[in-house]
Amino acid sequence: MRNLDWSAVVHALPFLWQGLQTSFVLVALAMAGGILLGTMIAVVRLSAPRPVAALAAGYVNGLRSIPLIMVIFWFYLLVPLFIGRPVGAFTSALIAFTLFEAAYYAEIMRAGINGISRGQMAAALAIGMTGMQAYRYVVLPQALRRMAPILLTQSIALFQDSSLVYVIGLHDFMTSIGIVANREARLIEFYLFAALVYFAICFSASRAVKRLQHRMLTA
Amino acid sequence: MQYRWNWSILFVEPYFGWLLAGVTWTLLVAGAAWIIALAIGCTVGVLSTLPSRTARLIATAYVDLFRNIPLLLQLFLWYFVLPELLPGSFGLWIKRDLPMPEYWFSVAGLGCFTAARVAEQVRAGIESIGAGQRMAAAAMGFTVAQAYRYILLPLAARNVLPPLTSEALNIIKNSSLALTIGVLELTGQSRQIEASTFQGIEALTAATVIYVMLTLCVIVVMRAVERRVSIPGTLGRG
Repeated sequence: MRNLDWSAVVHALPFLWQGLQTSFVLVALAMAGGILLGTMIAVVRLSAPRPVAALAAGYVNGLRSIPLIMVIFWFYLLVPLFIGRPVGAFTSALIAFTLFEAAYYAEIMRAGINGISRGQMAAALAIGMTGMQAYRYVVLPQALRRMAPILLTQSIALFQDSSLVYVIGLHDFMTSIGIVANREARLIEFYLFAALVYFAICFSASRAVKRLQHRMLTA
Repeated sequence: MQYRWNWSILFVEPYFGWLLAGVTWTLLVAGAAWIIALAIGCTVGVLSTLPSRTARLIATAYVDLFRNIPLLLQLFLWYFVLPELLPGSFGLWIKRDLPMPEYWFSVAGLGCFTAARVAEQVRAGIESIGAGQRMAAAAMGFTVAQAYRYILLPLAARNVLPPLTSEALNIIKNSSLALTIGVLELTGQSRQIEASTFQGIEALTAATVIYVMLTLCVIVVMRAVERRVSIPGTLGRG
């Protein structure tokens, strides 16, 4: 076993921090877009006319049956073809993650909406709200609050999955680690450091979600 | 959109053979990793429900460790880091003489990663039986081992079949990450076809369709298993 030398890691910290920021931005945008789109899909699936609802169901089941890596490659290939010019890895990764995660968020929101009692919807309609208004002001706020812990847990998984942009060379945290690890020929130190960073972030985030869940149960 | 379609490319040699090889490797990686995941996952899942504090601590540590590091990084740790950290002659053997190290390390990495998720499902399955069965077993004079063998595990096994189905699907999908350490499984092969023919859409479509078909096969098989083992008189559809 060689001696470990952590000085290279210390030197690379500014570069790695940039990568980590890219990861965070990508995850935050994909999470916001994914939850928004996912909620719309869930609502469509539950209350639109049957053919449209079937389309939404097909979207969810289709995306959930192919690997994320495949989806990333698909959009890396398709987005420039459709737009007609190169758009860069970040844009295509963001589109891929948003559309992919929307399928998973949609399932969570569907469960959340299904868990709201029928009376809420009936009451909203009875006081003269349209279906849209009933969802917007009565059902969705409750469903969102109830599903918040699960949505956040899914987002932690999204943060881990964001490391897959490595395959299209977007400079997120994982890719940055890979670049300096190979340049400095210090694979062990850099990969162990990356594991530590990911573990610290995901572990503390999931503990925080657990606390939130506990507070909601006792409140 | 400027694109020259050529679907026939998928059915000529050598590309058709590449796709077949890709499916084979996907199944080999996912299948072998699934065996590891079930073995470790069931053990860790049972440990986390035992009365012993040490057992539960070990189980929690395992699940926390493997669930909080991205799978991609775990594969890199297995493939690039572990051989360097192993003691002298064994590490040397792995680096020099182990045939197809990328295959074995992706199986080990994917297996241990999925095991943590399987363990969570097994724990939930055992806990969902409720304390009553456990207490009844104790009252009848069963030892802990007997209670697990004759009461808890047979019931839990049926409870965890549906979540295990989705883990089985996940392991097939996640086996695509093996391409990052050089296993040319289905996704890797479709990328290779894309690189050598520039027919990206056709190559990716082929791989996507095959993944969907594999998913459907797993669902059909697992449904059959569920029907086969369901207990008459319960809500599980017999």
